[in-house]
Amino acid sequence: MITPIVRTAIIALRRDRVSLVLSFVVPIAFFSIFAVIFGGQHDTVPRVKVIVVDEDRSRVSQQLIKGLESDGSMIVFTGPAPTKNQPSPPDYTAATAEAAVKAGDVSVALIVPSGFGNHPISFGPDSANPAPAIQLLNDASDTIAPQMVTGLLQQAAMTAMPEAMAEQGMKYTDKYIGGFTPEQRKTMDANLALMRQHENTQPAGSAAHNGLAGGGIISVHARSVVGENKNNPMISFYAAAIGVMFLLFTASGSSAALLDEAESGALDRVLSSRINMTGLLAGKLVFNILLAFTQLTVMFLWAWDVFKLDFFSHIPGFIVMGLSTAFAVAAFGMLLASVCRTRAQLGALSTLLILVMSAIGGSMFPRYLMPPAMQKAGLWTINAWAIDGFRKVFYYDLPVRDLWPQVSVLLAIGIVLFAIARRIAQRWEYA
Amino acid sequence: MSANPTPAVPTAAPLQVDSLVKRYGQTLAVDGISLSLAAGECLGLLGPNGAGKSTLIRAIAGRVIPDSGSIAVFGSPAGSPAARAALGWVPQELAIYPRLTSNENLRSFGRYYGLTGKKLADAVAWCLNWAALEDRAGDLARKLSGGMKRRLNMAAGLIHQPRLVLMDEPTVGVDPQSRNRIFEMIEALRAQGMTIIYTTHYMEEAERLCDRIAIVDHGRIIALDTKDALVKSAFASRSQVLARVDGPPAAVEAWVAERGGRMVDATAQFTVEHPSEIAALLDSASSAGLALVDLSLHRPNLESVFLHLTGRELRD
Repeated sequence: MITPIVRTAIIALRRDRVSLVLSFVVPIAFFSIFAVIFGGQHDTVPRVKVIVVDEDRSRVSQQLIKGLESDGSMIVFTGPAPTKNQPSPPDYTAATAEAAVKAGDVSVALIVPSGFGNHPISFGPDSANPAPAIQLLNDASDTIAPQMVTGLLQQAAMTAMPEAMAEQGMKYTDKYIGGFTPEQRKTMDANLALMRQHENTQPAGSAAHNGLAGGGIISVHARSVVGENKNNPMISFYAAAIGVMFLLFTASGSSAALLDEAESGALDRVLSSRINMTGLLAGKLVFNILLAFTQLTVMFLWAWDVFKLDFFSHIPGFIVMGLSTAFAVAAFGMLLASVCRTRAQLGALSTLLILVMSAIGGSMFPRYLMPPAMQKAGLWTINAWAIDGFRKVFYYDLPVRDLWPQVSVLLAIGIVLFAIARRIAQRWEYA
Repeated sequence: MSANPTPAVPTAAPLQVDSLVKRYGQTLAVDGISLSLAAGECLGLLGPNGAGKSTLIRAIAGRVIPDSGSIAVFGSPAGSPAARAALGWVPQELAIYPRLTSNENLRSFGRYYGLTGKKLADAVAWCLNWAALEDRAGDLARKLSGGMKRRLNMAAGLIHQPRLVLMDEPTVGVDPQSRNRIFEMIEALRAQGMTIIYTTHYMEEAERLCDRIAIVDHGRIIALDTKDALVKSAFASRSQVLARVDGPPAAVEAWVAERGGRMVDATAQFTVEHPSEIAALLDSASSAGLALVDLSLHRPNLESVFLHLTGRELRD
């Protein structure tokens, strides 16, 4: 009784190549993507991009920066990348470094203050002669990078500044140990008491919150320059990330109407009226854009109402990014519908492409935490550009004019995909 | 676009097809068809499945680009804006939107032809009335019965008040009652002087509705005339005798061959000039040792003509 049913199902599956692809290729593709992101197959440990501003310009500060540069876990920038108009741009300043963090170019910037070389390290609080603290400017949405950089900074101090360490050690020895006169003993006791008091009053792990990060031999003062006022930095990220993924699904589903109409003969009938194929596809594209934009709006309104996303002070940016994203996504749906011959094909192909694009493009896992190669690969997806744009609007509070790279790419994607879809749709025009 | 477009050549025939050829790979779907329609005429395209009827219809509708030959609709090339405006097409498939109501379907197709405002409202009202769907105007198309869907499908092809209508097997899959209803709709159009091309593989439909009938087979028109003229040219004044006899199959076949007949569905068919020839037929059967089961005399019809011309039955 069971065998004939199984046999029939096997024959049907064998003939349905699309289902076979779905059954085997999609899981393998997915596994591979996440294995590359998390698996450490290649050089997959994400390297933190750090801007370093040397205001001290001393031998000690240069040694420290050299030490940071030689660390494989970081990519250190002291100045912006050269461009055609500016072949040798000036080094970052504290202000331009802060702007770069705010713009999302890097997650962390370090400002080595002037005077750092005179007192690079301290083995404890020294209220009379405090060591100048390195400023760590960070993006609050990336909680990993600042901690990593602080640790690496301490490591660099230990390994890259031996002279400074020795010199400072001698100073401390001279100051705290030499002679052990009653007066010195008194000073030392007082400092030890201070250290104890400091340890007792500081709850574990609270240093970063109070601006004193690391608690190591280099004094670091951390400050979030972006996202510090956001009630939840990840809300806007996921509103965009999940929104774009489902927009892609909606667009491909909506475009499937084209296949239904082709199958029922309605498409033939429409094309025998005064509507031509370009007009028909353009009409469906506009509908899909409106549908996608409405879907995004509902999603962000929900985020505003339930998760307190600051929606209404970002309306212009939302409209620009929403329409650009909706256009690219709608054109993607039109292309899929024109390529596929049946709804089953469309379902399989769209599932495969959308899930892969969403994984690589950052809809499931933030791109800035992915290995560099994956981050680059993500730039081939609609998701990445859309998410970056929405983050610029809602997280970095950037003005609309700063959205031009994302908007340009999304519009270009939309135009190219629609042009290809139009060309492929010629098959429906005449037999 | 006007609902009543002015033809490019006012005196041009509603349809002029010349030496039309269309191939699909190795298959010759239309093989040099030529035909012409007079105003107000209803031409039936009669032929079995795969004969090339639908390809011809789609070419006239501008949806198939012929390999050679020409098609003019009221003097305008097929597929041109003027030809599209003058032409109504009722495809064989149910080419309607299932999730829209009857009214919404008609309004949508009307807009595709550029109808708006009162013209659109009037056209929709006329179509609903013509298709007897007034009381189902607000029903979703997918909820309509098979016959109603067919009628809505037809109405959608006439929403822009064309002057030439192509109907591609509009009665496929409908029950006899609905079919009669559809015949009445077409007869109403004919009464208004509409020019119609009607494809079917049901000869009784062609006989009832069409002024002239083109018999199509293997992409060619093998005969084109009125029903009576077709029968007359194929059979003159002859009649058909259908006889079922009992006996060894070899003996039956030998008898049929000897008398110049043919076997169709276990029935021997003969063409006779005069009923008096029947006696000689029966005598020869008896001589061959065959017992007569039943016998009938028929005036030839379109089916007979098709069989006579092609050697095959219409619904093979």
